[in-house]
Amino acid sequence: MKNKFRLFVIIVFLSFCFSIFYKGLDNSNIYAPKIKDKKNIPIFEAKDFNSSAYLSSEKIFKEDIFYIVNIWASWCVPCRKEHHLLMELSKNQSIKLIGLNYKDNIKNAKKFINELGNPYSQILIDNDGTLGIEFGAYGVPETFLIDKNKKIINKFVGPINHDILKKIKLIIK
Amino acid sequence: MKTLKFFLIFFLLMGFSQLKSDEKNKEFKNKILKNIRCLICQGQSVYDSESDFASSIKLIVDKKINEGSEEEEIYEFLREKYGDWIIYDPKLNKNTYILWLLPLLLFLLGGAIMYKKISIKNNE
Repeated sequence: MKNKFRLFVIIVFLSFCFSIFYKGLDNSNIYAPKIKDKKNIPIFEAKDFNSSAYLSSEKIFKEDIFYIVNIWASWCVPCRKEHHLLMELSKNQSIKLIGLNYKDNIKNAKKFINELGNPYSQILIDNDGTLGIEFGAYGVPETFLIDKNKKIINKFVGPINHDILKKIKLIIK
Repeated sequence: MKTLKFFLIFFLLMGFSQLKSDEKNKEFKNKILKNIRCLICQGQSVYDSESDFASSIKLIVDKKINEGSEEEEIYEFLREKYGDWIIYDPKLNKNTYILWLLPLLLFLLGGAIMYKKISIKNNE
């Protein structure tokens, strides 16, 4: 009787563990931290990708529209995967995409853009990753949605997918 | 010759004091880096990690120290960007008060149990 009870407890415990791990398999592996309060965009100066001139954040985000800040690099494989979605988003008139080229070789980055297209209205260089830190970034790729009041209202860690794209389109409508 | 000796000793001392202040700065920087969690690593501080994230944080901390920021100001800057989780030493607030008070409560509870047991034994 005692042995049977012990077996029963073990089986219940193992099934409990199995169900938790099985449920975990379905979870999205895209980590999106919750943003409790909308944060202002950081004030910074960054080098322009094409002209090498220094631009201030005020100048970059001067229009009264939504902005996307996308951190990317030519060496980053998931960036390649999300690029066609960014190209699709760039056709939308109510949003501008700002690219943050993260710890990259400029030659390779230009090759990447020539090959896959340029969805960005402006690309900034972040050679040492400190500009990404100013935005509160974890790594690459990462995407920030900025509203008309210049506040970061959403942050997507990892490559964006169709669901995220839909969500962004719904917000900027 | 005497003047030469004097200048030689003077410059050597200057060099040592410079070295000492460099070491002090390094110690201060390391103390801060050891208290910052590397958010993309598993169980590592920024000091221990060589990841891209950690190396960028190290640069930021360096920059802030050179600008004359205090230790708490640097933590506050990082907290604002990444939340309380990035600092190993959490602040006492409404989300962390259980974390701070639980050990104290357990200590008091343990003390009370011991006191009761001892007083029962003494009565016997």
